[in-house]
Amino acid sequence: MKAHSYALTAGKKWLKTFYILLFTLMAFTGFGQMPIFKRYYISDIPGMGWSADFYVTHYIHYIGAILLLGLLAYCIFDYFFTGRREFSLTVSAYVRILLLGGIVITGIFRVLKNLPDVVFSPEFTLFIDIAHLGFMMFYLLAALLFLIIKSGWVRELRN
Amino acid sequence: MKKEISRRSFLKGGLAAAGAVAASSLPLPEAVKAATGEELATLIDIRKCIGCEACVEACQEVNEPKFPEPKKPFPKMYPSRVKVSDWSDDRDVTDRLTPYNWVFIQEATVMVNGKEETFSFPRRCMHCQNPPCADLCPWGAARKLRNGITRIDADICLGGSKCKTVCPWHFPQRQTGVGLYLDILPNFAGNGVMYKCDRCYNRIEKGELPACIDICPENVQKIGPRGEIIKEAHAIAKEIKGYIYGEKENGGTNTIYVSPVPFEDLNKAIEIGPGMPDLNPVKDSMAHADNLAKAMIIAPIAGIAAAAGKFYSTSKKLTHTEEGKK
Repeated sequence: MKAHSYALTAGKKWLKTFYILLFTLMAFTGFGQMPIFKRYYISDIPGMGWSADFYVTHYIHYIGAILLLGLLAYCIFDYFFTGRREFSLTVSAYVRILLLGGIVITGIFRVLKNLPDVVFSPEFTLFIDIAHLGFMMFYLLAALLFLIIKSGWVRELRN
Repeated sequence: MKKEISRRSFLKGGLAAAGAVAASSLPLPEAVKAATGEELATLIDIRKCIGCEACVEACQEVNEPKFPEPKKPFPKMYPSRVKVSDWSDDRDVTDRLTPYNWVFIQEATVMVNGKEETFSFPRRCMHCQNPPCADLCPWGAARKLRNGITRIDADICLGGSKCKTVCPWHFPQRQTGVGLYLDILPNFAGNGVMYKCDRCYNRIEKGELPACIDICPENVQKIGPRGEIIKEAHAIAKEIKGYIYGEKENGGTNTIYVSPVPFEDLNKAIEIGPGMPDLNPVKDSMAHADNLAKAMIIAPIAGIAAAAGKFYSTSKKLTHTEEGKK
């Protein structure tokens, strides 16, 4: 295997683990915005009582969003600064980026909606709520599919 | 010139605005907001309330078409811990909030200057400026309108009761056996529809007053641009050496109470329980989330800076290595 001059951080194992853990937390706290954890005994599991507190799951979701935005910005710019000289994105990466983009954009609008003095139309509010959930569901399905077919984010460029 | 908005002047203004609306095809709340740049708030002077419940009756009468008509028997819900909430056979209950009673009269007997005095005052949704029920509703069923009203769309609500849980006063009330959940997974998700005061949004759209304000024989309530309502509330409070509730609660609401006795005393004297909210001081429920939202702007900048830093240090190392080879 060739020695790379510019190592892409996105390929590091610790970052992949961090990303998966972060995304799992975001998915869990995101689903926790629906009143289902108490109904279905999730919050009855010892140590999981917090999951029924909508404010707590909301804060964790926001903190996760802060980390995710920082991480995504780092990975995107790391790729443009250094990675693209030696790697190219796979088709599955483009699919994931598209879905991630959907999650992030609808998430930003969701956060804006929650600020004081920001009022969106009822139709737009409903759209971003459903779209945010929809993009997340599709992302999880896509991630599962790409895991099965073992399709990563990048492939090496041959010189 | 008197700046306060009385029932008469609001109606007059409403009719004038309705004419303008008809000409411009804009709904009234937009026209009001455009004219004032503010949300509408209500002022409740509890000295005036005689507890006659005229507002309660008017609210029930005017909003009757919005009340739930549940289908029975209710679908069995799983798991068994999910409880049915059925008020359809108790529609006449007026001493608390229910899906069929969106405003009720709370009473407090307190000592004023060594004399026992009883105060009564209407209680219903405060219509917060940054309502957690609308912010945290997962479907956008609970929503804030531009004119300061927070309402729940009965066509979309699944009755999960999250709005009630996150509301500092737990105003919304649930009715099982009605709404969208019946068409999705009635056994496993949802539990009806949540109901609460919508400040007669449909009447305001037509240039009419909310029913509770319109009917009140004692002019207990007023509605107007929030700034003017706050100004008037402070003027009354100053005049009577009184107290204000709702201006700062939960970050600010569009329902402002003025009382000659501290709300702390009233809170101790009222009956508090399900459907009977307290008068406690309330911190801004969404303040932490609003602060975290600001941090979201910084996060991508930090990410870009880290990537640029890495690129700079790697480039520097490579330049040194190449210079070393030469």
